[in-house]
Amino acid sequence: MKIPLSVNGRTSEIEGHPMERLLDVLREGLGLTGTKEGCGEGECGACTVLIDGEPTLSCLVPLFQCEGRRIETVEGIAAGPARDFLERFVATGGVQCGACTPGIVVTAWALLQRNPAPSREEAREALAGNLCRCTGYEGILRAICRETDQ
Amino acid sequence: MNGIGDSPPRPDGFAKVSGAARYVDDVTLPGMWHGATVRSPYPHARVRSVRFDPAAAPEGTVCVTAADLPGPNGVQLLDDGWPILADGHVLHVAEPVALVAAPTRLAARQALAAVQVEYEPLTPVLTLEEAASLPPLYELRLESGDVDAALAGAEHVIEGTWSTGHQEHIYIECQGMIATFEDGALTVLGSMQCPYYVHRALVHAFGLPEDKVRVRASVVGGGFGGKEDFPSAIAIHAALLARACGRPVKMVYDRHEDIVGTSKRHPAVIRHRTGVSADGRLLALDAEILMDGGAYKTLSPVVLSRALLHAFGPYRWPSVRLQGKVLRTHTAPNSAFRGFGAPQVQFAVERQMDLVGRALGLDPFEIRARNVVEPGDRLPTGQVLDETTSARLCLEEAERRTGFRARWRELEASREREGTKRGIGLSLYFHGAGFTGNGERKMKSPVTARLREDGRIEVLTAMTDMGQGCAAVFPQIARAAGGLGEDDVIFAEPDTGDVPDSGPTVASRTTMIVGSLIARTVAELRDQIAGEGLSVSEGWIVGPAGRVEPFRDAARRHFETAGPVEITHRHEPPEWQTFDESTYQGAAYPTYAWGADVVEVEVDPDTLAARPIAATAVCEVGRAIHPTLCKGQIEGGTLQALGWALLEEVKLQDGRYLNDRLATYIIPTVKDSPQIDVHLLERAWEGGPFGAKGVGALPMDGGAPAVAQAVENATGIPVAEIPATPEKLLRALS
Ligand code: FES
Ligand code: FES
Repeated sequence: MKIPLSVNGRTSEIEGHPMERLLDVLREGLGLTGTKEGCGEGECGACTVLIDGEPTLSCLVPLFQCEGRRIETVEGIAAGPARDFLERFVATGGVQCGACTPGIVVTAWALLQRNPAPSREEAREALAGNLCRCTGYEGILRAICRETDQ
Repeated sequence: MNGIGDSPPRPDGFAKVSGAARYVDDVTLPGMWHGATVRSPYPHARVRSVRFDPAAAPEGTVCVTAADLPGPNGVQLLDDGWPILADGHVLHVAEPVALVAAPTRLAARQALAAVQVEYEPLTPVLTLEEAASLPPLYELRLESGDVDAALAGAEHVIEGTWSTGHQEHIYIECQGMIATFEDGALTVLGSMQCPYYVHRALVHAFGLPEDKVRVRASVVGGGFGGKEDFPSAIAIHAALLARACGRPVKMVYDRHEDIVGTSKRHPAVIRHRTGVSADGRLLALDAEILMDGGAYKTLSPVVLSRALLHAFGPYRWPSVRLQGKVLRTHTAPNSAFRGFGAPQVQFAVERQMDLVGRALGLDPFEIRARNVVEPGDRLPTGQVLDETTSARLCLEEAERRTGFRARWRELEASREREGTKRGIGLSLYFHGAGFTGNGERKMKSPVTARLREDGRIEVLTAMTDMGQGCAAVFPQIARAAGGLGEDDVIFAEPDTGDVPDSGPTVASRTTMIVGSLIARTVAELRDQIAGEGLSVSEGWIVGPAGRVEPFRDAARRHFETAGPVEITHRHEPPEWQTFDESTYQGAAYPTYAWGADVVEVEVDPDTLAARPIAATAVCEVGRAIHPTLCKGQIEGGTLQALGWALLEEVKLQDGRYLNDRLATYIIPTVKDSPQIDVHLLERAWEGGPFGAKGVGALPMDGGAPAVAQAVENATGIPVAEIPATPEKLLRALS
């Protein structure tokens, strides 16, 4: 079955099973390996992408639900106006091993679109579904909340 | 201005935040197949037969069993007693019995059903109590002074038993390897901490010459010790399949498989008997340490060794007797995990200090302050502590920053009045940096600096960046040591085909040991290039009259005449650093890092769920080369320790996992995490590069005892066992 899919502003026809996970379509079908799999069952947030601007777990979304929706991955966000944020994310120690990072960047970017100056509490709320095992979340929160007193 | 103490952006940072960094599962090779593992459903069984039915499997599927191994059935680690594939017996649930490979991931999974294994279940040993009557996997003793006499003469003798549970690593990137066999040569790419461990294991398993095996680390999505030993086994598995099907084979575990199939932190039960004087001075420590090693020895002997050497905590003990055993159970092998045995024993000794304090009416700060080690003191190993021994400094600074004592007393009192929800706890801890005992001396790890044609210096080490940040710290050290500019030095990828065996990326040794070697080799190569009487600063050759020319120009000229000059140095511990493994006397570590944690918790009075709301870590790790990354290690390690202490529980029933998913094995989310304030007390240690000590493991030691004490402070319930889950607290209450 062919499904038209809009990813990072480009639409292409994807040949795939309607029940295929969006995560696999992105990684294997489109070679967009920035989106990671950490659990495959909706618990870690590593696979987060934006669907119509909303952070969504791509390991839980079947391909057929994506028709006509706007999908953005970490690659798309990084190619856009997020550069300052991403550089800040590195500078504050928001990234260590990086396996959680694409999902967190995507989630945080969506938050910053809605709320350019979130408090720590607001940032915690937004990131509640993204696990990071390396940073203790401190560097991530510093980046999102623009704390630079490192 | 040499850049030490700056925090430049990590060189791999932008690739990671933009999704460009390639982890092993992001790599696809032409013609690549996928592997999967047939695993035992039983904790202990005889394997009667293994049969593969090709007709029941996807077209082309290959299957490998123990009968197909080209060499010894053992993963070479400390020895090769850990089977590659079960042969005759399985000793834990999820033990690999056979392997399959097929063209797609899905096909490989489907092919598992085509392998029929006939088992005859045997009685498993599943608890430390049962295991105690069987021969241990390993045992050790450490004794100094006359413990019996000291206990007999002590005003108080206080006994405590402390238990800690399994901990699963939960690196966010699961284990994974890709192996390729081509023209009799084997190449492996994967997620690992120790490329040369994997290399040695492959050479051993396949009987190949060393230069026919090449191991390369991809970007590593977290390790924490979990990618120290299992990558060797998984690399062998992938390579066996690649050999069988004649194509590259990828084996990437899913989360479920990674949890059930790979190692965890050793659960431990530690019994203390402490002799103490009327005024609260410690006189004797008598302790027994039992650790659950799981089914195979893997790295347990080294874990036990480190446990023994940290079991006395940062305190003065006139007499010590420690007996340690790793027992064997029919569970997955327990092995390396950040801290490597030290977090368990420091949980125990810190809790014991609290108990002793309570018995004598001394608050947690006071009992520690009366007994803390100082520079010049002797550890029970006889090692004299160096000038940078900072336990007291950390303790006092933590008190100064948090007002711990007043708060602790206030909460003790208010609990008695109205039943509190808040509690505060303090811990004091230390961590030996580098390999234990003679490890570094035996390894003599080399680092090479090589001049390139373009005038840049290339540094070759086998260290992998699993997130901790050696990709940033190494260039800082190299530039500072050489007086070099931003682009004058580059680092080779950790590929055994190129780099020398500078040892494993473990034991908080990377910055301290390998960093020192980088500084030495780069400085020597720089001197050779600059020539007599000239120095190098910020990338310029400098003479008496000022800047002469860019270093790169001189280096390029030097290459034209001298060629690709290489300088290699090996780590030689200083003469005084000797350790007797039969008596456990001597300098077990070149130096120690120190820390004190204060954690405040809120406990729900109805459910008894404890949530940390603020944490302060005061650490002395020598000089911080890159303060942001250094603090990042402490922030992350502290949270990992809090998770271990409060949330993380591996539940086993009849040797099977009840919670093998992230939905049920809970690690801290951002909402479970306190604000973590880290304060570095920087004191240069002369043995490390620019004064740095190791940092990675240290922060794992302090969080658990501090938070346990905080829960006790809040609830009055004695916390002898972690994780201090509501169920356990309720049980302790009744
Ligand atoms: S991979 Fe989708 S939530 Fe973990
Ligand atoms: S940076 Fe490693 S899991 Fe977040």
